[in-house]
Amino acid sequence: MSEFATAVQALRPQLMRFARAQLRNDAWAEDAVSETVLAALSKPQAFAGQSQLKTWLVGILKHKLVDQIRRHAREVSATTDEDTEDIDGLLFKDNGAWREAPAEWGDPEATLGQREFFEVLEVCVEQLPGVQGRLFMMREWLELETVEICKELNITATNAWVLLHRARLRLQMCLQERWFGKRPATS
Amino acid sequence: MKLPHHNCRQVTALVLAGLDRELGFIERWKIRLHMKICSVCPRFLRQVALMREAVPRWRAYQQRSD
Repeated sequence: MSEFATAVQALRPQLMRFARAQLRNDAWAEDAVSETVLAALSKPQAFAGQSQLKTWLVGILKHKLVDQIRRHAREVSATTDEDTEDIDGLLFKDNGAWREAPAEWGDPEATLGQREFFEVLEVCVEQLPGVQGRLFMMREWLELETVEICKELNITATNAWVLLHRARLRLQMCLQERWFGKRPATS
Repeated sequence: MKLPHHNCRQVTALVLAGLDRELGFIERWKIRLHMKICSVCPRFLRQVALMREAVPRWRAYQQRSD
């Protein structure tokens, strides 16, 4: 195996991790990663060392992930939102006031500079209910527009907004509980 | 004319909606007005900004070669 091929294969486990977080399906993740590796090995000249190998591979992987979502669109959107919890009710009283005032999270840079924070973020995203998690990752990680997501998954914009609203509130609660609630504010 | 009263839950929903669709002029105005009179929602606004920034940073962090 060439040095290039060895380097590409070595990054496979990390690519699998991104793909799994995004697709929440091992078989689809495996396909996306295999296609990425194959694409990379078939045109090593496209890499030409202009960036980090990992960055380049993740760039290819992003496209392959969207391909997988497109291919399995029906299955992805057929999974109905199993989240029956009243998130708004957990956070707000009947009159619309906060049950518990949002905390001061402090200087974002202080938080975003810590490796442990991203580990907590990953856990919180993984804990989002299936459809919400996928939608959130498509929107934020793959940076797709809501219109594209709706087209790929064949869901209505309203449906997507409701799911994203719930996902973001869940994330806020999880980060508060697992990270910010355990530390004094940094500013 | 009685000004429409917007509570924290409604304003929170608008703030989150603004991440996924273009808000109208009136919606933006409602948020701005509420942020002036509410002592805690501005904190939620800052939390949202942090979460928004966190994902690209997480991705960049994942892509760094170890």
